[in-house]
Amino acid sequence: MMSRLPQQENEIINRSIELEFTWNGKPYTGYEGDTIASALAASGVEVFSRSMKYHRPRGIMTANHWDPGLAVQVDDEPNVRSGSRRLEANTTVSAQNVWPSLEHDLGTLNKVVGRFISSGFYYKTFMRPRFFWNHIYQRVLRKFAPGGKIHWQTPSTSTYDKRYVHPDVLIAGGGPAGMSAAISAADQGASVLLVEMESGLGGHLRWGDTSEISNMKSLIKEIENRENIEVLTDSTVTGRYDHNWVSVMQRSHSITRERLIKARVGTLVVAPGLIERPYIFKGNDIPGVMLSGAVRRLINLWAVKPGQRAVVFTANPEGDSAIRDLQKAGVEVAEVVDARKGQRIVAAVGKKRVKSVELSDGRSIDADLVVVAAGWTAPTSLLNMAGDKPEYDQKAARYFPKELPDDVLATGGIVGNGDFNAICEHGNETGKIAANRALKLRHQRQTSTAWARNPNTPSPERIEDLRNSLVREEHPECYYSTNQGFVDFSEDVKYSDLVQAAQEGFDSIELMKRYTTATMGPAQGKLETVNAAAVLANSIGTPLAEIGTTIWRPPFAPITLGALAGRIFEPTRRSALQDWHEENGAVPLLAGQWVRPDHYGDANAEALNVRNNVGIIDVTPLGKIELQGKDVSKLLDQVYTNRWESLQIGKVRYGVMVEEDGVISDDGVTGRLDDDRWLMTTTSSGAGAVWEKLEDWLQTSSNDWDVCITPVTGGLTSINVAGPNSRSLLEKLVNDVDLSSESFPYFSVREGTVAEVENCIIWRIGFTGELSYEIHVPSGYALHVWESLLLAGKDLGCAPFGVEAQRILRLEKGHFIVGQDTDGLTKAPTVGLNNLVKLDKDDMVGLPELADSFTNDRLPVLVAVQTDDTKVVPEEAAQILNGNSNEILGRVTSSRMSPTLKRSICLAQVAPEISQPESKITILLATGERVPATVLSGHAHFDPSGSRQNV
Amino acid sequence: MIVVPCPNCGPRSSSDLRNCGEVVDRPNPKNATIEEWRSYLYLRENLASWVKETWYCRTGCRKYFTIERNTATNEIRGQ
Repeated sequence: MMSRLPQQENEIINRSIELEFTWNGKPYTGYEGDTIASALAASGVEVFSRSMKYHRPRGIMTANHWDPGLAVQVDDEPNVRSGSRRLEANTTVSAQNVWPSLEHDLGTLNKVVGRFISSGFYYKTFMRPRFFWNHIYQRVLRKFAPGGKIHWQTPSTSTYDKRYVHPDVLIAGGGPAGMSAAISAADQGASVLLVEMESGLGGHLRWGDTSEISNMKSLIKEIENRENIEVLTDSTVTGRYDHNWVSVMQRSHSITRERLIKARVGTLVVAPGLIERPYIFKGNDIPGVMLSGAVRRLINLWAVKPGQRAVVFTANPEGDSAIRDLQKAGVEVAEVVDARKGQRIVAAVGKKRVKSVELSDGRSIDADLVVVAAGWTAPTSLLNMAGDKPEYDQKAARYFPKELPDDVLATGGIVGNGDFNAICEHGNETGKIAANRALKLRHQRQTSTAWARNPNTPSPERIEDLRNSLVREEHPECYYSTNQGFVDFSEDVKYSDLVQAAQEGFDSIELMKRYTTATMGPAQGKLETVNAAAVLANSIGTPLAEIGTTIWRPPFAPITLGALAGRIFEPTRRSALQDWHEENGAVPLLAGQWVRPDHYGDANAEALNVRNNVGIIDVTPLGKIELQGKDVSKLLDQVYTNRWESLQIGKVRYGVMVEEDGVISDDGVTGRLDDDRWLMTTTSSGAGAVWEKLEDWLQTSSNDWDVCITPVTGGLTSINVAGPNSRSLLEKLVNDVDLSSESFPYFSVREGTVAEVENCIIWRIGFTGELSYEIHVPSGYALHVWESLLLAGKDLGCAPFGVEAQRILRLEKGHFIVGQDTDGLTKAPTVGLNNLVKLDKDDMVGLPELADSFTNDRLPVLVAVQTDDTKVVPEEAAQILNGNSNEILGRVTSSRMSPTLKRSICLAQVAPEISQPESKITILLATGERVPATVLSGHAHFDPSGSRQNV
Repeated sequence: MIVVPCPNCGPRSSSDLRNCGEVVDRPNPKNATIEEWRSYLYLRENLASWVKETWYCRTGCRKYFTIERNTATNEIRGQ
């Protein structure tokens, strides 16, 4: 029975603040500063979870983030590591992987059939019969699946965020080496980000003796005194990528639950210390078997008495310190088993708690606590990610870094041993070198551009790496005492499983990992990799140094998907009129980056009003690019399929763009405002891409052309005025432009004043098939012009219309939309552009493919289609089949009910053999029904001669 | 994410830019056979070594520029 000790010298709990929470439905209390596990342990909880395969009871083993038995559910968050997660008030904590309860778990039956759940069991067993998989295996296995529950039906109340930082030096690990490196790097003038996984700085000093504590405190004070050191605790460096791109997962932030920090770092200093390794013996997973670090942390940080009577297995000075800590806490140390003298533990006996311990000399000793100090694993993950392949040192019984890139340095326990002063000295030197390299890089980056403020300032002198290596203390190789017990606790992989895997031929460490799943669980090899390699080495008779390790990949510690998703840094674009639309009942439509009015209540009525009176629509997202210079027409000839030089001032031409592969990518109208001044319009979605394409041609192949490109999409608000009354309406508001058909014919452009707003551009073009004008207004005056139009048009029946009405109107006219009626394969002949493609040009984008496409008689053809039953509106993308067969001959690309014609209308891409007018075709509806339809002549369903717009 | 040196904006994270791929010679579209044209469209050396490639400073100065990048190590050398 664990219990809270009297005040310890350097405990980190605040006894004046009690936190209430529940564990499996019962009320518990802990103190501020407790982890969930320490609070539960202080209240006497010994069993925290059931193991994955055998459902064995599991308790505290490492009392830190890596503890394999301490995953719990906290409120709606599954798989919380209670060994490191700080206790919060009023949380609901429960055990995972238990059914029906933690105390009486039916899964322990697996123990009985345990000999069947060995390596490869799943691969071998659930293969056949196939039928069993869905109906039996899956259902049963689901019940026993490990892990917590995601409450996906309730929205998460958490917030996640991202942050970008650019420190000169980032230090992973806030122990004595990391702190010393931070101090010396800061003193060199570098900006330092010091990241510590635990809740406070200090590393192993935190649970050390009085002198270690005072050393720690003085280092922390030094850190606090330096403004250029930022400290992040409860945060983990999770990955290192090319060019020192480093990810940090930050917890315990005041605003967000978890924050992903993306750091571009000058020099990365890796100072993670060492991770204590478990030891393999029979019963090594029974609650009460703890590593020395766990008991020292429990006693010194949280004042928790880990047991009553202990057997201590020690191979190192840290294990010896644990003996002193146990005695200080009033735990009776019944026996010390010294690995350095060849003594071994062979078994722990007990069910939900250790009862006795068997030693290699045959004795059995009663104890409820087994403390194991068997050695260390170097957490080289970040170094591996930087390209290092650490090598095994048999004398020190652990891995050491071998070769690091210039911008990554390692210090502290990961590179060697030493007393406090030696470690600090090494950290100190490392910090100096790190800062030097980072400052050189900073200087190089700040002076690499032509316009750098002080390009000729000297770069810092390079400091050579003359660090004295830390010694590698001898350590006995303690991996296993017998061939029983668990190697991987989180995946329930035993010594015998690895032996079996090796016998079956999975005798390389990477194969063994995948076959047995050892090192693939939540601990990700931090505890078990080296032990697994040692067992493999033993079972195939190869030295451990030649076995290698599995590859350690990011992330070093888990990151929630919420943090990875974080906040999306993409703005929503709104036209200057969007507020008006929303105030007037517009239903919003998200189109690319833009939010637009879909309709104001009745799209059909809006469309009919355009046909009968006059409507106005906000088409601001329409891409607008101003082109100036003598060579604009050359650039247009290059990117459009038709010719431009002859276009007269005040005239407008329609153009289609293709890519180099001949596929249609955009279309729009471009007008000539003056000799050297043109305005191009693009599709709404293509505005950005067209701009970049123009820049590309101008910069990379024609940089001697005199063209200046200015995108003005947001600067000009575009309003389309469409309908038979549009001219009458505009005449009320425009005085300086003659709007008559003779002087301002179809496909012309004028500059003028609209509703007293100067510098407007008025286009006579149309997408709706009605007489229509498009006005580009400087956006600051857009609302005034919009409201003036509505006011002036009151007696003309003027009303706004939305994107849906426009889509209906254009479909009635058969105008195709790039990306809707064309796709990533559609070439010019498909949409009938024969007259708009000038193949006799010397050059243009995609010329050879364009030429080739006109020799291809198998290209699909865009046609207007009407279903024979006027009421049937096929879904867009409905397939067109060959009669009753399943041969696909095309698809519907656009489909609507036409309010003007009171029947359904479609555009479709079809095979050439059914593209002739009057062809009878078959459309497959989503219901599976096949309906007959007929191909029209031309694309227009309504007013094919264009009589309504040419007035 | 690698750092790419824009000649105007200086070193930038690659997410600020766009990789437009290996530099390839564009055949004269007037005389190129369709096979030559398609090899220009689709065939790349794809070396695990030094490759000359075009980048576009899409969130900065909007310049297209070329660098040499070692695709095996992400080392970058002069423009």
